[in-house]
Amino acid sequence: MIVVIEITYLISSILFILGIKNLGSPKTARKGNLLAAIGMFLAIAATLLDQQVLTYEWIIIGALIGSVAGLIMAFKTPMTGMPQMVGMLNGFGGGASILVALSEYFKKNPNYPVDTSAVFNLPIDQGIAIILSILIGGVTFTGSMIAFGKLQGLVTGKVVKYPLQHPFNALLVLVVLAAGAYVVIYPSMMSLVIMITIISLVLGVLLVLPIGGADMPVAISLLNSYSGIAGSMTGFVLGNNELIIAGALVGASGIILTNIMCKAMNRSLMNVVLGGWANAGSTSAASSTTSPKGDVKSIDAEELAMLLDSVSSVIIVPGYGMAVGQAQHAVRDLMNILEKKGIKVRFAIHPVAGRMPGHMNVLLAEAQVPYDKLYAMEDINDDFNNTDVVIVIGANDVVNPAARHDQSSPIFGMPILNVDYAKTVIINKRSMNAGYAGIDNELFFYPNALMYFGDSKDAMTKLVNEIKNL
Amino acid sequence: MAEYLFLMHVYVFALAIFVGFELITKVPPTLHTPLMSGSNAISGITIVGAILSAGLEQFTISTILGLVAVAFAMINVVGGFLVTDRMLKMFKKK
Repeated sequence: MIVVIEITYLISSILFILGIKNLGSPKTARKGNLLAAIGMFLAIAATLLDQQVLTYEWIIIGALIGSVAGLIMAFKTPMTGMPQMVGMLNGFGGGASILVALSEYFKKNPNYPVDTSAVFNLPIDQGIAIILSILIGGVTFTGSMIAFGKLQGLVTGKVVKYPLQHPFNALLVLVVLAAGAYVVIYPSMMSLVIMITIISLVLGVLLVLPIGGADMPVAISLLNSYSGIAGSMTGFVLGNNELIIAGALVGASGIILTNIMCKAMNRSLMNVVLGGWANAGSTSAASSTTSPKGDVKSIDAEELAMLLDSVSSVIIVPGYGMAVGQAQHAVRDLMNILEKKGIKVRFAIHPVAGRMPGHMNVLLAEAQVPYDKLYAMEDINDDFNNTDVVIVIGANDVVNPAARHDQSSPIFGMPILNVDYAKTVIINKRSMNAGYAGIDNELFFYPNALMYFGDSKDAMTKLVNEIKNL
Repeated sequence: MAEYLFLMHVYVFALAIFVGFELITKVPPTLHTPLMSGSNAISGITIVGAILSAGLEQFTISTILGLVAVAFAMINVVGGFLVTDRMLKMFKKK
C-alpha cells in the first residue's frame, strides 16, 4: 500500500509541474489548471489510504466547511476583489501549515496536558522543520489577513511607522530563533512552542502593517511565496516529498512575481518591506516649490468625441482608478465604438497597475477585451511616438515623466509608460489630487496633455454616447 | 539513515525550486493573477498533513488542529482552483 501511495504522490507532483507549465500560455492555461486540480485530487485520495488515517468524521467535517467557504469565495468575489481573495488564500495556506506543524508537535505527547512528564522523542531535523513551519506559517497567516484588511479598506492603506520598528522586529525574529533552538534540543518545552507561535503571529502583523496600499502588489506576491515555503516546511515536518515539491513551485512563483514588481517600481525588496516611500511626503514637500506651474487644459466629453473622430490610433492606459470606478465595461464599449470607426485601439499595461500582478488584464478579460489587445510595457513603449491619442484612465505615477529626469523625485528611475511621446494625451481623473507617492504629475502641465475630469465609469459612458451622437 | 533521508528531502526541495523558476519565468504578465490564484490552490497540498492529523484514531489536541487545518487547506484547494478556472474562462483571443 505504501508503494501505491508514494507512486500516486509522484504522479500528482508531475501533474502539478505540467499544470504550471500549461499556465504559461492563455491557450493552454485552463487545461493546466485542470491538470493541477487532478493532481490535488489524487494526492487527497492517496492520503486517505494512509494507515495513520483511521477515523474519517473529522476529515469530512473539515473538508465540508472548507469546500463550502471556498465555493462561496470562488463564485461571489468580483474580479475587482481578486487581490483581496488571493491575499486571503495566502493566509489560509500559511494557517494550515502552522496548524499541521503544531499538530505534529503535540502528536509527540498526545496525553498533554494530562501527562506532562512524558518524554518527547523529536528528531532534530523534524524539530527544526516544525519551528520554521510555525514561524513562516504564522507570519504568512496574520500578514495576509492584514494585507486583506488593507486591500478591503478595513486597515489603513497608509505607511504605518512606529518608534524602533525595525530593531523590535529583528529582536522578535531572534527570540523565535533562540527559543526554537532550545525547543529542538529540549522538545518537552511546550510553553516555548506556544510562545514561538504567538510571536510569529504578532510578527506577521508588524511586518505587513508598515507596507503602503500601492505597494500591495509586492506584499501579496511575497506572501504568496511565503505560503509556498511554509508548505515545503510542512513537507519536511512530515517527510513528504510531494509537499516539498508543490511548496517549492509556489515559493519560486511568488519570488519571481515579487522580483518583477520590485523592478517595475525601481525599488529593492528591502525598501518595500521596510515601508519604503515613507519619506515621500517630506521629499515632495521640498520639491513642491519647484513643481511645474502652468496652465492645465481640460476637455469635455463632446470635444473629446470630436477629437477622436479624426484619429487613426489610440492607446488606452488603465490604472487602479479604473478598477475602483468599475469602469472596465465602459472602457470595452469605448474600444468597440472606436474600432467600428476603423481606429486601431490597444491597451498598455504597466506591471504594477492595480493592486496585484496582472490585475488589469483580468478586469479587461472580464469585460471581454481580447487578451491580444493588451500589451506589456516593454512591448508597446516604443509605439507611443506614432500614436495619435493616449487615454489614461485612473493611472498616475506610472505615467509621470519625472521618473525619467527628475532626480529629486521619489519615483526617479522607475520605468514608466511613455504616454507623453504621443501627439495628444487625455488624462481621466476625478480631480487634480496627487497619486499615491504624493507627488505632482508634471504630465498634466504638458502642452500635449488634456485633462478629462470625472469618475472613470461616468466619463467613459458619456464619451461613448457623445461619439454615437456625432 | 535518518540524516540521509533528510538530505534527500533537501535535494528534492532544491531541484523543485529550479523547476519552478524555469516554468514560471515563461508565464506572460497577462496571466499573473490566475498564476497566483492557481499556485494558491497548489499550496493547499498542506491538506495531506491536515488529513493525517484529523484522521488519528485517538481524539486529541492534534485532531482539533488537524480539523481546522483541513478546513483551511480545503478553502485553498476548492476556492483556488475554481476561481482560477473562472478567470481563465474569460481570457479570449479576438
